[in-house]
Amino acid sequence: MTVLKVTELTKRFGKFTALDGVNLDVDEGEVFGFIGPNGAGKSTTIRILLGILKATEGAAKIFGNDAWSDAVEIHKRIAYVPGDVNLWPNLTGGEVIDLFGSLRGGINKQRRDELIKRFDLDPSKKCRTYSKGNRQKVALVAAFSSDADLYILDEPTSGLDPLMEQVFQACVLEAKNAGKSILLSSHILSEVEKLCDRVGIIRQGKIIETGTLNELRHLTRTNLLVETKNRVKDLNDFPGVHELVEKGQTISFQVDSEQLDSVIKHISQYGVTKLESAAPTLEDLFMQHYERKGNPEIGVGGRS
Amino acid sequence: MASNSLSGTGRLSRFILRRDRVRLPLWILGIVFFTFIIPSAFLDLYPSQEDRDIMAETMNNPAMVAMAGPADFENYTIGVMTAHQMLIFTAIVVGLMSILLVTRHTRADEEDGRIELVRSLPVGRLSNLHATIIVYVVTFILLALIIGLGLFALNIESMDLEGSLLYGAVLGATGIFFTGLTAVFAQASESSRGTIGLSITVLILAYLLRAIGDVSNEVLSWLSPLGLVTQTDVYSTNNWLPVIVLLGAAFVLVVLANYLNSVRDMGAGFIPAKPGRKYASTFLQSPIGLGVRLQRTAIISWAIGMFVMGASYGSVLGDLESFFAGSEELQNMLVAAEGYTLTEQFLPMLMMVMSILATVPAVMNINKLYGEEKKGRVEHVLSKAVSRSKLISSYLLISIVNGFVMLSLTGIGLWAAGTSVVEDGLDFGMVYGATMVYYPAVLVMISLAVVLIGWFPRRTSLIWLYVFYSFFVLYLGGLFQFSEWVGKLSPFGYIPQLPIEEMDWIGSIILVFVSAVLAVIGIIGYCRRDIHG
Repeated sequence: MTVLKVTELTKRFGKFTALDGVNLDVDEGEVFGFIGPNGAGKSTTIRILLGILKATEGAAKIFGNDAWSDAVEIHKRIAYVPGDVNLWPNLTGGEVIDLFGSLRGGINKQRRDELIKRFDLDPSKKCRTYSKGNRQKVALVAAFSSDADLYILDEPTSGLDPLMEQVFQACVLEAKNAGKSILLSSHILSEVEKLCDRVGIIRQGKIIETGTLNELRHLTRTNLLVETKNRVKDLNDFPGVHELVEKGQTISFQVDSEQLDSVIKHISQYGVTKLESAAPTLEDLFMQHYERKGNPEIGVGGRS
Repeated sequence: MASNSLSGTGRLSRFILRRDRVRLPLWILGIVFFTFIIPSAFLDLYPSQEDRDIMAETMNNPAMVAMAGPADFENYTIGVMTAHQMLIFTAIVVGLMSILLVTRHTRADEEDGRIELVRSLPVGRLSNLHATIIVYVVTFILLALIIGLGLFALNIESMDLEGSLLYGAVLGATGIFFTGLTAVFAQASESSRGTIGLSITVLILAYLLRAIGDVSNEVLSWLSPLGLVTQTDVYSTNNWLPVIVLLGAAFVLVVLANYLNSVRDMGAGFIPAKPGRKYASTFLQSPIGLGVRLQRTAIISWAIGMFVMGASYGSVLGDLESFFAGSEELQNMLVAAEGYTLTEQFLPMLMMVMSILATVPAVMNINKLYGEEKKGRVEHVLSKAVSRSKLISSYLLISIVNGFVMLSLTGIGLWAAGTSVVEDGLDFGMVYGATMVYYPAVLVMISLAVVLIGWFPRRTSLIWLYVFYSFFVLYLGGLFQFSEWVGKLSPFGYIPQLPIEEMDWIGSIILVFVSAVLAVIGIIGYCRRDIHG
């Protein structure tokens, strides 16, 4: 069942087109990774989903309701963590968590206290004194202690240390195991790789790739590391071979998936003594899109 | 050892001057400018001793003494008058200047980690504190000399050299006292907010203690740094003792600050930050509760301010007749009406001024919503199950209620003080009615702010231009003989001048209706637009 569906979403700010026909859907019980560089349109998409910005064209639906006109109904069932958490300097973290909870319509007190402990947050301090990471913890505790069906997380971990990052990942997996859906916008690709079932890549306001990580990998290159008895010749001229590095008898390079067969056949003539292959990381995948499409223009910068 | 802990002080002093090269001259220029124009202005306004004696009579009542302090009313020369009406308020400004600048170079630098950088260099432990104190002590000595010599140079008969120098010295000594005080609080408190808060609290308490002391018991005044200021009797008996007491106290404070600085860790304070609430009270857990909580301090401060303003206007009502008899200019500002007392004729103008001022906090309440939006905090609330109309209505409600409270407080304040100084007392209903008749105009202003927030959020501050226009046109309208339509461009121009005019119910109801329509238009706009941030 589709929880969140975005069709042909377009948003223009004056003459600037921030989103240009974005399509996106998140199914029930899945973690969807929404990746792209700063200014690509991640936050704009999310803010339309929250009914904070109004779409110029296209539809954004959550639970089958319109994100703009049914915002309040929808918000009872979602939890949101912004990337840049600006809090009220004269309220304490604990007050903010409770406030967020009751504005949504109730908070699980036991879960709140447990999460405060897990995230190692001091709720009695004024928000003024919190670091960026601590402000994010406040928003995360408020989000995960709610009983939401959909979590919208916009770069929620940019200020967290590795330990807290793990707690965050555990929270996401717990939510997933409880059958909740999660839209996770991020540019920490290792995090997306670890958590997400499906990924959408956005660039300059357009979705350029969507699918499971495996599906995406098919479209891409494999990393190979080969040791041979004799020096491999002519590999440079081979179609589909990239980033060739030679170190004596050891060579490492990337191959486009469709050329893998012919490359392996070629190498095998030189007496292979060692062969290691690695699936491309999301980072390779991501960078590849930017190389292939040429140097992208710098976007408007992360509006948050 | 001692020299070590002070090494680099000279270099740091120059660094402070470099960082303050704009700020410091601006403060000094501002203070000096206002000090110098007032005596000449008084000379124009009250050219003869008779004029000044009338003024002395007006000022010689407990309310005014509580506000400005005692003076030599028998000998109310231009000099005495300037010192009486200006010295205490200038001293407060000098105190504020001292508090803000000293905090900036002590606790604020420490809080932001800049002192850590400086201390990692071959610089002594006490050097920064010392450099700060040296720079500002020298600054205030300079200020004292500029003001002292400058006032004397104005060449006004009653302002002799000794009095002028004392006038400057009192201000300089006040500055130095608050430098010492702030230096101590910068050690005691862990944050720059705390430092400023504690120092300003002392400033306010000093003013209140002085007010009580000046009216009842002089000993109390001598315990207050601002009380000492009013005890100098500048341009009359020229009492230098308070200046010496202030400087002595400042010296003790500086020594204490140095001691505290030398025994504490960097970043630490002696007053630990007290932990806040772990959980939110039920009151906070709604948009309206949040709105009130965020503006609590501002609302309370404005409420006190409004009452005090009403009371201070009220306290001069008793001397109106003699006051107006002397000034044709002032008489021009009044609507001449037969059969009413001067007080009653004077009331509408007072009320108009006060109601426009009471509009300010109410409009601030609704503008807070856009302020929150710009800081990216409205999105937290709207991403929860809170509709936009509920959010803006909550702020609108706060604004409407607060506007009513503020306006009421000015009226109540004016009546409370006025009834005690006017011979036959004042009728509360009459005063309160003359105040609240302006409420519909306040509502229109609030609703206009809603329209701006709803449709032209980036132009929100235009409302202040309109408030200022209203004030300017209606306050000075009589003086400049503007045509009537100029005043009718402001909602305040449609309010009947109670008690000298008839109540205009239809006009008031129309204003309320216009306000309601505007509010609805504004809310519709807010529900349709993008939220910025």
